[in-house]
This record gives sequence, C-alpha cells and structure tokens, in this order.
Amino acid sequence: MLSEINFQTNQVNHLQEQIITLQAKITSLENLKKDQLSIAIVSGDMDKILAAMVISLGAAALDTHVKLFFSFWSLSALRDTKKKAVGKDFISKMFGLMLPEGRNKLRLSNMNMAGLGPLMIRYLMKKQGVLSLDQMFKEAGDLGIEITVCEMSMNLMGFKKEEMIDYPNLRYAGAVTFVSEANESSMQLFI
Amino acid sequence: MTQAELLTIQVTKTVDARGTACPGPLLEAKKAVGTIKPGDIMEVLSADEGTKVDIPKWCTKQGHEYLGTMEENGYYRIFMKKR
Repeated sequence: MLSEINFQTNQVNHLQEQIITLQAKITSLENLKKDQLSIAIVSGDMDKILAAMVISLGAAALDTHVKLFFSFWSLSALRDTKKKAVGKDFISKMFGLMLPEGRNKLRLSNMNMAGLGPLMIRYLMKKQGVLSLDQMFKEAGDLGIEITVCEMSMNLMGFKKEEMIDYPNLRYAGAVTFVSEANESSMQLFI
Repeated sequence: MTQAELLTIQVTKTVDARGTACPGPLLEAKKAVGTIKPGDIMEVLSADEGTKVDIPKWCTKQGHEYLGTMEENGYYRIFMKKR
C-alpha cells in the first residue's frame, strides 16, 4: 500500500518535471522567428554600410524590428569627427589616423580611386534623391533601429566610447548578444 | 482596381515622394499612413519604379489594401487603403 503511494508520488513528480521542461521549450520556441532582422556589419566600406542601412530602413518601414551589430572595420562609420578621446596609446592613435574618420570619410570597396569614387557616388546619390548616410542614420534612430557596438573589436582597434556617434539606441555588447538575438530573428545577414 | 476606377477614387492623402529614391518613398509612406484613418485612401507618387513593386509588398505585410498603380508621365501613382 505504502509502496503504491510512493510509486504514485514519483509518477506525479515525474510528470511535473516533464511539464516544466515542456513549458521552457515552448517559451524558447515562441521567442524564435520574431519579425526581426539581425545584421552583423563587419565591413567598413561605404558601399557596404550603405547597403546595410538601406536594407535596415526598408525593414523598419515594414515594422520589422532591426538590430545592427557593428564590429571591426564598420566601427569607422560610427566615429564622431567632432569628438576626441584622450589617453590613447601609440598604436590606438595610429589606428585612429589610418582608419576613416566617420561615415562621410568611408572608402569604396571598388573604384575608390583615392577618394574620387566616394565623391562621385555621393554626387550621384544626391542627384538621384538617395538619402545620404547622415540622413539614413537619422532615420534609423527615429525608426528605433538598434545599434550594438562590439566592445571587443572597439578595444582592439583602439577606439573609445567617447568618440562614438550620438545615437538614440546605441549600446555596447559582445558576440553572445548578437548570437542570442540573431537566434530569435527571422532574418540574419552578415555584411 | 481598373485604371478607370482609380481615376474616380477619393484620395484622402497624397504623399509626393518623387524627390527620393529607395527606401525614401517607403519611409514617407510609413510616416504618412499614421496620419490617416482606417478606410482612408492614400496615394504615393514615386519616380522610382521599384516603389511600384515595394508598396504592394508593404501593404500585404501591414494588412493594408493595395488598390493599383497608374503610370503618369515620368512617375507612378500608387494607391492603397488603410486597414
């Protein structure tokens, strides 16, 4: 008799455990495939940053949540030319000198021609009514597009938080943040 | 809707996005659609041929009703009804 009660209690406990496991699984499934776009932006070329911003704005126009993860060369696009960071070591200063100072100084991946290419593209963009990178970042901020700066690559390249642009949804995080958020997104891109 | 029906349509809001290229017209449409009431009809003017394809997709996603497109001299009039 007693052993039967014990057996039943064990059964109930076992079922409860199973329910808890299932609930956790359902929650994680519900979080999958959100109407969300995650882009890892690694390139710092003008054309690639432009592509990333155009796609992001298009997605935001569709009310898709957009999360941008900036790392390595793309960090040049987030430099604020008006801001200066103090206390940098020699290598960081060299990196700062050699890399484009902000989104309006980016080079083209093709046909850069010592800066003539970007000049030409900017002229054509203006002529054909394409938003400038400045306007795109402004729109992106207004539309709630989130920017995450990869802190590791920022430190590696000698940039400091003080010299990053003012942007409404900007934060600093690591690869795990990108991966976990990309896992929930229905779209993931790498540029 | 046929071209003749589109001509007689009562438009509540006109968004002139002829000065901008992709994704400008979509962003302007998104902003403007917030200012009209459900059932209202909005037209987007765009010189960008891509917009003609993009707006119906946007409507499907947002649940608005795409009504049709009229081709004018050098631009398109794209009609939609807000959900």
